[in-house]
Amino acid sequence: MTASLLLTQLLNGFQLGVLLFLLSAGLTLVLGIMHVINLAHGTLFMMGAYFAATVFGWTDSFALAALAAVGGSLLLGLVIERVVIVHLYERDHLYQVLATFGVILIFNEIARYGWGTSPVFMAVPEMLSGTVDLFGLAYPAYRIAIIGVGLAVGAALYVVVHKTRVGMLIRAGATDAGMVSALGVNIRGLNAMVFAAGAALAGLAGLMAGPILSVQPGMGEPILILTLVVLITGGVGSIRGAVYGALIVGIVDTVGRAFLPNLMREVMERSTAQAAGPAIASMLIYLLMAAVLAVRPAGLFPVKHG
Amino acid sequence: MIAKHLLKTAVAALVMAMAAATPAVAQAPIKIGYLATFSGPIGSLGQDSYDGFLLALEQRGGKLGGVPIQVLKEDDQFKPDLDLQLTQKLIEKENVSIITGLTGSNVMMAVARPIAEKQVFLIGSNAGPSALAGAQCSPYQFVVSWQNDGHAEASGKFANDRGYKRMVLIAPNYQAGKDALQGFKRFYKGEVLDEISPGVTQPDFSAEIAQIAAAKPDAVYAFFPGSLAVNFMRQYQQAGLGKTIPLQTSAMLDATTLPALKDAALGLFGTHWWSPDLDNATNKAFVEAFDKKYNRLPSIFAAQGFEAALLLDAALTRTKGNVADKPAFAAALKAGNPKSLRGTLKFGNNNFAINDYYAFTVVKDAKERHTLKTVATPLKAHQDAYHAQCALK
Repeated sequence: MTASLLLTQLLNGFQLGVLLFLLSAGLTLVLGIMHVINLAHGTLFMMGAYFAATVFGWTDSFALAALAAVGGSLLLGLVIERVVIVHLYERDHLYQVLATFGVILIFNEIARYGWGTSPVFMAVPEMLSGTVDLFGLAYPAYRIAIIGVGLAVGAALYVVVHKTRVGMLIRAGATDAGMVSALGVNIRGLNAMVFAAGAALAGLAGLMAGPILSVQPGMGEPILILTLVVLITGGVGSIRGAVYGALIVGIVDTVGRAFLPNLMREVMERSTAQAAGPAIASMLIYLLMAAVLAVRPAGLFPVKHG
Repeated sequence: MIAKHLLKTAVAALVMAMAAATPAVAQAPIKIGYLATFSGPIGSLGQDSYDGFLLALEQRGGKLGGVPIQVLKEDDQFKPDLDLQLTQKLIEKENVSIITGLTGSNVMMAVARPIAEKQVFLIGSNAGPSALAGAQCSPYQFVVSWQNDGHAEASGKFANDRGYKRMVLIAPNYQAGKDALQGFKRFYKGEVLDEISPGVTQPDFSAEIAQIAAAKPDAVYAFFPGSLAVNFMRQYQQAGLGKTIPLQTSAMLDATTLPALKDAALGLFGTHWWSPDLDNATNKAFVEAFDKKYNRLPSIFAAQGFEAALLLDAALTRTKGNVADKPAFAAALKAGNPKSLRGTLKFGNNNFAINDYYAFTVVKDAKERHTLKTVATPLKAHQDAYHAQCALK
């Protein structure tokens, strides 16, 4: 194991973490402020990827694809909020799970009808198709771009949440939504805005993931599970929790997959390690989540109440 | 009431008598169950093979061996339990005498025994699970495609031929992935630096690709199914490894993946039993006709559907359309097909096709579409590793 390999794997983990952050930032606000469990968040990710792949296929312009992905999923988020979520604010979590699960099924079928069952593929933009030399190992430029976009979004979110009036309301809402409403703030408008912003971020994540993954019906669900792991690890409702949670999950998952099978080979028979290594590596983040739940049930970086 | 009943019986008897007396003007069609996966992540594979099968049927005016054919298409959705129900329906309700298709190995394993027990002929046109090639072989079961290990074994031999001494192998952690690695190692003589087995649902291989880059092998062998194949090959190219570490794939490059890969596929190597440029008259005519009808190049799955229809055509010609005499029809199938897509189709003792395996690279055709160009034949007349466990002669 060389230092440069470790560095590359850390970067890979960081890149996955950044992608997860884009998804968990929106989800954590929706859950923390609106107290709505939105399982359809992965669907917005999928639709963002579809919008991006389609527009990129037509125009060959990544900027237009970005506009379509972010704008399209923002509008879709507004529609879903108005049509489905608005009826669920007062309801029990179980109703929310049921309804948003229904949204998943509906949009997976829409994707199947609209784009077919076979995956759609999106090319890497020409400018970012090369590699960057990092201490002797070539690293794909596009993945660096993902990290860049994620960091920029993180910084922007920090400014908005901590330095603006809207951000103050969001933070206040996350701490005590009832009180904010009692002070005369239009909580419904705030809710719709937060939901749409979360949807736009999910669409952005879909755009960034498009050229790496295959865009296909159901692609949102595996990543939704990872996102929920991030929320539980980081702490529901806090942007800080989403940032650190996403980075921790991304790095643990990637570095675990990269090094655990080899480490296990050192201590046990090769054939056993061959079988058990990948299996345990893919369980690592869930073990981490279980450990966090046992020690700090509210997550590592919970919202400060009171 | 009684009179009505009597009348009914009389009419029925009359109809039966007439039917028996009428000479067979038009021969009753032979029913073939086309059981494959048409929806879900591998749905395009089933559709491609069905398109190939229908093309052969259409070219013969809806007949095979001069007998009209009725095809009953069923979608198993890649679910073994559903497959079992559909098989029962096809055999007991529809009385089919032949079932073909069978896209996935897991699905095929679920129905192979019930089909064989009913003495219905099973013509496998994709999956080739090792159990069916070995102890569970049956005189009613023929596989015109390949045994699952074949493409990987050919890749192992091809790696020797190219002089690779140190390689990294990668395939997902499930049965077909493990089979591929076993098959590769059965023939590869060099050193295996590392074997990597990512999870079968994992879509992003950044960590694994970084490991490969760090190990600096002579070459890499990879096997991934479906869209994972495209993900892996694209990410491998994005990491810039395509230029420095040759990537040998098996069963990953064909007309189902090339349109998505485009230039990312240039320079990669693949192995399989079929490629669009195989040099024989049947194959050339097939590729041309398929392109003309469907306006795309055929994939290996389309070729296998076509190949299954050609075999049925040859066998039904031999028995003059008789499938009721089962031993005779089995013998007619086993005789193979001298004019198949692979030249001559011959079966081993276990009724699996004996294959030449080819190695190919990706080039562009006259219409700027990406297609395969054969560069070597690593395994000739290759019989699978399991045939000795089959009791058939």
